[in-house]
Amino acid sequence: MVRLNVNGQVREIEADPGTPLLWALREQLGLTGTKYGCGVAQCGACTVHIDGAAVRACVMPLASVKEEQKIVTIEGLANGKPHPVQKAWVDLDVPQCGFCQSGMIMAAAALLKENPNPTDEDIRSEITNICRCGTYNRVLAGIKKAAVEGGAG
Amino acid sequence: MNKLFSQAPSPSRRGFLAGVAAVAGGASFGFHIPFADAAEPAFPDEVNAWVVVKPDDTVVIRIARSEMGQGTLTGLAQMVAEELECDWSKVTTEYPTPGENLKRKRVWGAMATGGSRGIRESHQYVREGGAAAREMLIAAAAKGWGVKPSECKAENSVITHAASGRSTTYGKVAAEAAKMEPPKEIRLKDPKDWGVIGKSLLRLDTKPKTDGSQVYGMDLSFPNMLNAAIKDCPVHGGTLKSVNSADAEKEPGVRGVVRVGDSGVAVVADTFWQAKLAADLLEIEWDPGKNGEVSSASLAEWLKEGLDAKEAFVGNKNGDAAKALGSAARVVEATYSYPLQNHACMEPMNATAIWTEDRCEVWTPTQNGEGALAATIAASGHDASKCDVHKVHLGGGFGRRGATHDWVTQVVEIAKKFPGRHVKLIWTREEDMIHGRFHPITQCRMRAALNDKGELTGMHMRISGQSIVAAIVPGRLAEDGKDPFVFQGLMASGKEFEIGYTIPNLLIDHAMRNPHLTPGFWRGVNTNPNAIYLECFMDELAHATGQDPLAFRLKLMENHPKHRAVLQAVADKIGWDKPAPKGIYRGLAQVMGFGAYVAGAAEVSVTDGELKVHRIVAATDPGYAVNPQQIEAQVEGSFVYGLSAALYGEMTVEKGRVVEENFNTYRVMKLAEMPKVESILMPSGGFWGGVGEPTIAVAAPAVLNAVFAATGKRVRNIPLKNTDLKQA
Ligand code: FES
Ligand code: FES
Repeated sequence: MVRLNVNGQVREIEADPGTPLLWALREQLGLTGTKYGCGVAQCGACTVHIDGAAVRACVMPLASVKEEQKIVTIEGLANGKPHPVQKAWVDLDVPQCGFCQSGMIMAAAALLKENPNPTDEDIRSEITNICRCGTYNRVLAGIKKAAVEGGAG
Repeated sequence: MNKLFSQAPSPSRRGFLAGVAAVAGGASFGFHIPFADAAEPAFPDEVNAWVVVKPDDTVVIRIARSEMGQGTLTGLAQMVAEELECDWSKVTTEYPTPGENLKRKRVWGAMATGGSRGIRESHQYVREGGAAAREMLIAAAAKGWGVKPSECKAENSVITHAASGRSTTYGKVAAEAAKMEPPKEIRLKDPKDWGVIGKSLLRLDTKPKTDGSQVYGMDLSFPNMLNAAIKDCPVHGGTLKSVNSADAEKEPGVRGVVRVGDSGVAVVADTFWQAKLAADLLEIEWDPGKNGEVSSASLAEWLKEGLDAKEAFVGNKNGDAAKALGSAARVVEATYSYPLQNHACMEPMNATAIWTEDRCEVWTPTQNGEGALAATIAASGHDASKCDVHKVHLGGGFGRRGATHDWVTQVVEIAKKFPGRHVKLIWTREEDMIHGRFHPITQCRMRAALNDKGELTGMHMRISGQSIVAAIVPGRLAEDGKDPFVFQGLMASGKEFEIGYTIPNLLIDHAMRNPHLTPGFWRGVNTNPNAIYLECFMDELAHATGQDPLAFRLKLMENHPKHRAVLQAVADKIGWDKPAPKGIYRGLAQVMGFGAYVAGAAEVSVTDGELKVHRIVAATDPGYAVNPQQIEAQVEGSFVYGLSAALYGEMTVEKGRVVEENFNTYRVMKLAEMPKVESILMPSGGFWGGVGEPTIAVAAPAVLNAVFAATGKRVRNIPLKNTDLKQA
């Protein structure tokens, strides 16, 4: 039995402590917004927040997540109203297939929390998620827009 | 969503016999069956096959093609809505199932989504579908009022009869409209009157992609569902010799280990993670078959031999190239190569199936619902009337999810071992890389004849290598065995892939050499290597004769005004006639692909051997532009896909199998490398070209030509990472 604090709720799950957080979220908690793209910390599709910082959940075993740590997934990012990053994404039509976008949005939101007014260069070096559809320029524009509109959320 | 999970109504036997032949014969190439052939409506609330109007005025537009990020869902809905005269803010969409399509005599036409054909091949009948529905809605309102339909007008989902001042909405008359005769004649709007087509509307499918609620194939879940992970012989065409599953079977949650076909073995467990862990414990012995010693080097040797082979299929010929080369003042020759590459869709292949004695259903992200249905029927052992496929949103397609449905065959075979239970199969990224349907591998020798004025008097372009069509849809080969797709972008004429130059004494031919590594249609397909070969070589010829690369090309393009126009447009915008900023170098390329004319210009710098792409200018003439902001998104994305391929994309081969298994060895472009893209959209009207693919082909040659300008190094072997750009 493992206890996790996910999107503001304490959840108890039956899973081997070696199970990556990604698969526990998807399979035990039904939070499928967090995606599997590589399993080896390369693509960022599985990005979630742990205590506000972006983490690649595919390589984070349950055993290393403490009960008091706050996990936020894409499903829990909006706080009553859409997060500024989500809003910018809708306004600019950022997603194409969308499969990478949960991870992109979580990475972007974490970046803005650290650095509310990032330069283009900050964004280029901090956002290392893969998007095979090639939405990068709109991702960049989306982060800038969210920053202007109070992106730290 | 409820549609997705509904059981398809049981179809009539007669409809199926016709339909199955259609599926088997032409899964990925499309048919044109106009909506007038429609059978009786299967759903009481629909006006016709394309349009459902709910009492609250919500308009549901049916989309036959697959949305995989390219925006076709929104574009096709715009086409229907244009003629329907409905309120765009109330538009939603849904996919009919392939089984319904068969049952209704393919009322929705082809479902295949590839070759950038979503819009360019269905624009006519989807607009007619919208127009017919509008006429029926008007007729229903007119009937209710006892007036002539011709006295009524529809706009924004409201029907008015001006003479009597009456009005009603689509939702109120929809049920009645469904009973009306479809109009016999339909006149479509003149393009100059379009109000929805041509508008940069926001996509209809964005919001759920920003809050985690969009359901992809991988996310499906059913009560009591089992999960499967698979290992298939890493040498394509090899088999499974033996497997010891004792350790795997002891793992928690494991429900069974099953053989899949003659080459695979799957672990079925309560969760995917359990299945995956257990699959890693399988002790497997593979029989690679006759290809166990093939390597990248042996493939290269084999293709090289094809460059000089006597026998080759002729794709484009005029005059006598051999004679021109024999009598030329000067001959310039260069050999290029293009490797195997993986689609690497962001979402690995996956499907969910349930099989019982009398039914089999599959849910999967597919570019071709009917192709997936054909695979389901074949693997299930049932006849077509007992099968259906539910299309689920795709996490990328790029051609991988269209022409072959190997993962669907697998999931059905697995589900057969667990009758009555849903089984979801997910490929690991590793499995997805190993079992790619790769970009075909080719080499190309270019030989040009030049006279003493430096004019091009003849050219022989010999392509040696793999044919996609021969490997996966051999029925599409020409009678003599030629693969016409090999010559995309190089053809003498035609509406899709015409070469942009007039070259006296031209021969373009193909020595087919088919390695065992299965190829597939890979976004841009053969225009990718062909544009590199031709456009880089044109650049070589310009430099060899001391001419400006733009001027050299334009002289040969007099008879190709549309190709010329896009090239000129990018040259103008990048400032070709003015010097580039210090340390910045430029390159150009153009091609016609998938019915559209595209060109690209690049600005790059190379410092200590490190390439940086600073700026891209792209021009597109797709004839008509349905949604400019989405075309822009496709153009930008095409540079990411095309440059990832040109700079890094390579699947190497050892012992008959590919080496790269994940993104740590198969590098792709990231945000840090993304240049600014300026997109010029210049629709010249009168034709419908695709926009999802053609621009990919100009990304690489434009950048490679700029790299030459910067370094004097001609990169002829893709990917560029294998060339050291450091100055000696
Ligand atoms: S799935 Fe975690 S980084 Fe790719
Ligand atoms: S939107 Fe498709 S992978 Fe990023």
